[in-house]
Amino acid sequence: MLEIRWHSRAGQGAVTGAKGLADVVSTTGKHVQAFAFYGSAKRGAAMTAYNRVDDKVVMNHEKFMRPDYVLVIDPALVYVADITANEKDNTIYIVTTHMSTDELIASQPKLEGKKVYTVDCIKIAQETIGKAIPNTPMLGALMKVSEMYDIEFFKESMIKVLKKLPQKIIDANMIAIQRAYDEVK
Amino acid sequence: MADTMELRDIEVWDGNMAASHALRQVQVDVVAAYPITPSTPIVENYAGFTANGYVDGEFVMTESEHGAMSCCIGAAAAGGRVATATSSQGFALMVETLYSASGMRLPIVLNVVNRAIGAPLNVNGDHSDMYMGRDSGWIQLDSYCPQNAYDLNFIAFKVSEDHDVRLPAMVHQDGFMTSHTAQGVHTLPDDVAYKFVGEYKPMNDMLDLDHPVTHGVQTEEDWHFEHKARQQHALMTAVIPKIEAAFDEFEKLTGRRYNIVESYNMDDAEVAVVCMGTSVETAREVAEEMRAQHGIKAGVVGIRVFRPWPLEQIAAALKDVKAIGALDRSSPHGTVGALFNEISGSLFNTDTKTVLTNYIYGLGGRDLTKAHLVSIFTDLKANADAGKVTTPLQQYIGLRGPKLSFF
Repeated sequence: MLEIRWHSRAGQGAVTGAKGLADVVSTTGKHVQAFAFYGSAKRGAAMTAYNRVDDKVVMNHEKFMRPDYVLVIDPALVYVADITANEKDNTIYIVTTHMSTDELIASQPKLEGKKVYTVDCIKIAQETIGKAIPNTPMLGALMKVSEMYDIEFFKESMIKVLKKLPQKIIDANMIAIQRAYDEVK
Repeated sequence: MADTMELRDIEVWDGNMAASHALRQVQVDVVAAYPITPSTPIVENYAGFTANGYVDGEFVMTESEHGAMSCCIGAAAAGGRVATATSSQGFALMVETLYSASGMRLPIVLNVVNRAIGAPLNVNGDHSDMYMGRDSGWIQLDSYCPQNAYDLNFIAFKVSEDHDVRLPAMVHQDGFMTSHTAQGVHTLPDDVAYKFVGEYKPMNDMLDLDHPVTHGVQTEEDWHFEHKARQQHALMTAVIPKIEAAFDEFEKLTGRRYNIVESYNMDDAEVAVVCMGTSVETAREVAEEMRAQHGIKAGVVGIRVFRPWPLEQIAAALKDVKAIGALDRSSPHGTVGALFNEISGSLFNTDTKTVLTNYIYGLGGRDLTKAHLVSIFTDLKANADAGKVTTPLQQYIGLRGPKLSFF
């Protein structure tokens, strides 16, 4: 069982990202689950979304999770959300930030001694898609860090997931995924 | 002629999307709806399918849930295949009309995305609305995951519209935990799904002008009792065999097996929990772990058909275990939980020596964790070993603050 928790702000696309990832993983024969904590959350409110991936049907519906990966797609959530909640010894953090990994850890000491990767998904999204929607680039970074799938296979699969969008937006997303894959450190 | 939609064998759908595709595939004539979280996407998706030519039918936007079900009743009496969806307060507002639908013997399928009922206002999933429907005369089927929400809609139409039944049916799914949780759903091609349910065959339809009929009549003490007795007779005798036949046929078509009462690891179980919705699947996983890690022979019984209550099947499933926990996801407000009561009633006249206790959990979407289930199974093992109740009869699980229990 692989478990992933996303930290996002409502409107940044964490739910779409989690469902998109589930869609791609499902095509490879694995079983998936994607969900989020809702409430009366308004745009901009801190929220979490979740993925489970397993070789057998996912029957666990508890919301509690000890994540293998924590994906933070809004830079400020490192300071205002409890991103290390219910972590394991080997939980891996991928954080969207303009800072280097060392600078990030210096600014948030509770990440010290943990496996932390950084990539500026906001900037990548702005420069490629033209909007600060950091969900697809984060998936590119996840592919690099987790080695879950070959990046070319992943991009081809994501084209199918995004097929209802205009071609220009799909192309921009592919560039964003590749850039985050290349730039995550 | 409606356009068909090419689906992948496995689609990653949440429970709402699964239900709306089932409604599309059976080509409902009239969907009259009023939106409410978390069921809104069912009718929203359906409106999209209709607008884009995938459905030959009418989508009617009403002024309230009371109006939505009233419109469904009118359309069903006129002779159409009819469905809608609701949750929570919207379900509560529908209640008056639910009794009309069942009393008028109108086959309508209502997708209920289970949600808490306020106050306090809460949009998350519990079973308060489902429990409110218990006495309304509807068939109530319960889903544990998005796949079930898809499959059970086909069963609901097939059984509800059967001329020996002619009773409305609800398909329940847990708000957010099923409705907004995307998982793999095995799909049926449009033509196969439609063929399974078949073309709608109206009965006593008002638009059959050559055979005028009256709907929605008044009967006082002269006939009311006989009408209600006939309704109960159909619900008690016709429905379960028809559901069983539909489950059999569905298994032949898809390989997926459903049962009136779902039993997991029950053959040699010493202790068992009985629950509904997503909790059934989480409990199945924990029961396996109790066996492997704690040496406790744990089993799970899931309620698939909540109404009509399968009294005999429940008794057969549970009479041989030593201790049972009835898990109710609704505030019982002044008594024991509904499942505790139903299970007690099912077992009372049997020769069982089992010990039954009640757990209230998950109100307003509070997480039922695997750790909670481990503690419940551990309680039940103590009851089984002692041969009597060793805990309070009704305990609250997952509540913050001091422990709360009654009796």
